Amino acid sequence: MTVHNLYIFDRNGNCLFYNEWNRKKQAGISKEEEFKLMYGMLFSIRSFVSKMSPLDMKEGFLSFQTSKYRLHYYETPSGLKFVMNTDLSVTNARDTLQHIYSNLYVEYIVKNPVCVLGHSLDSELFSSRLDAFIRALPYYSPRAA
Amino acid sequence: MVIFSVYVVNKAGGLIYQYDNYVPRAEAEKTFSHPLDLVLKHHDEKVVVSFGQRDGIRVGHAVLSINGVDVMGKNTADGKDILEYLKDPSNYPVSIRFGRARLSSNEKLMLASMFHSLFAIGSQLSPEVGSSGIEMLETDVFKLHCFQTLTGIKFIVLADPRQSGIDALLRKIYEIYSDFALKNPFYSLEMPIRCELFDQNLKSALEIAEKAGNFGAGS
Repeated sequence: MTVHNLYIFDRNGNCLFYNEWNRKKQAGISKEEEFKLMYGMLFSIRSFVSKMSPLDMKEGFLSFQTSKYRLHYYETPSGLKFVMNTDLSVTNARDTLQHIYSNLYVEYIVKNPVCVLGHSLDSELFSSRLDAFIRALPYYSPRAA
Repeated sequence: MVIFSVYVVNKAGGLIYQYDNYVPRAEAEKTFSHPLDLVLKHHDEKVVVSFGQRDGIRVGHAVLSINGVDVMGKNTADGKDILEYLKDPSNYPVSIRFGRARLSSNEKLMLASMFHSLFAIGSQLSPEVGSSGIEMLETDVFKLHCFQTLTGIKFIVLADPRQSGIDALLRKIYEIYSDFALKNPFYSLEMPIRCELFDQNLKSALEIAEKAGNFGAGS
């Protein structure tokens, strides 16, 4: 039961924040390219889902899973995208991501007069609180490497 | 508990089979008077609502028919441009039917190829070693399940999120494919599947899966 990594993207596709906890395999491309690929994949999935969907959707794309991991997605109405990769045992991390947005991002970034929205989040308080929150999650357990 | 559709994609990413089992069409027909309080725009050869959601007419819905006559793309059945027609006050009151636009075959082909690529990217961006591509994609109204065979053929099923037994159904569809498409001497590999027995058996497998709610292993 573990969280692999977390990305935060803004509405223009810039990666504002990235952190990893238990990642076993790197993508084989530079971090910048990985962020662009991740954002591009999510953008395409959202467009794919809106065309494919047999009924009108309210929330849209929620998550996908492969044989080894599960990607959870949460988008705020302002276009901010929270993406978390966990292992397969975590079925619903939407509340977690919503909590990260409302209790961590809004509190420590939006309400911070020094932080410029749209740029990389470099608030140490945010990073440490987020790290503590993730480690405190019931489904997080640091695996023996 | 319903299965919406089945897609089969070959190893190059091209769609070789598509079947729509259940296509819910939520449509709304209303009579309007001049001026129209919805904002319409051209999008992809169709006229869609871009603003002014009300009464079952949502943003993204396309104009399906005007005064009971089905439209043809951007023009009415007589060939007049729809937006021009709706600007003219003498054509009112007019009754327009809106709804989710049906996917054309071309669009289905494009979406299948798009999924083929997304499947591969899902595997590349994996934080764990040895991950497959996207096996299940979840939204609030449907779940997409994908099974990739060892030869690279993908069987994709769109179903209701609460439907269970789809994994067994995917294996069953693979079995039906190998029995009625691959063993058919007139079928060429990687080409569109046009085998009657494949269609028939697929339909009955879907019926069994829907009724049982759970496709049994012993079927």
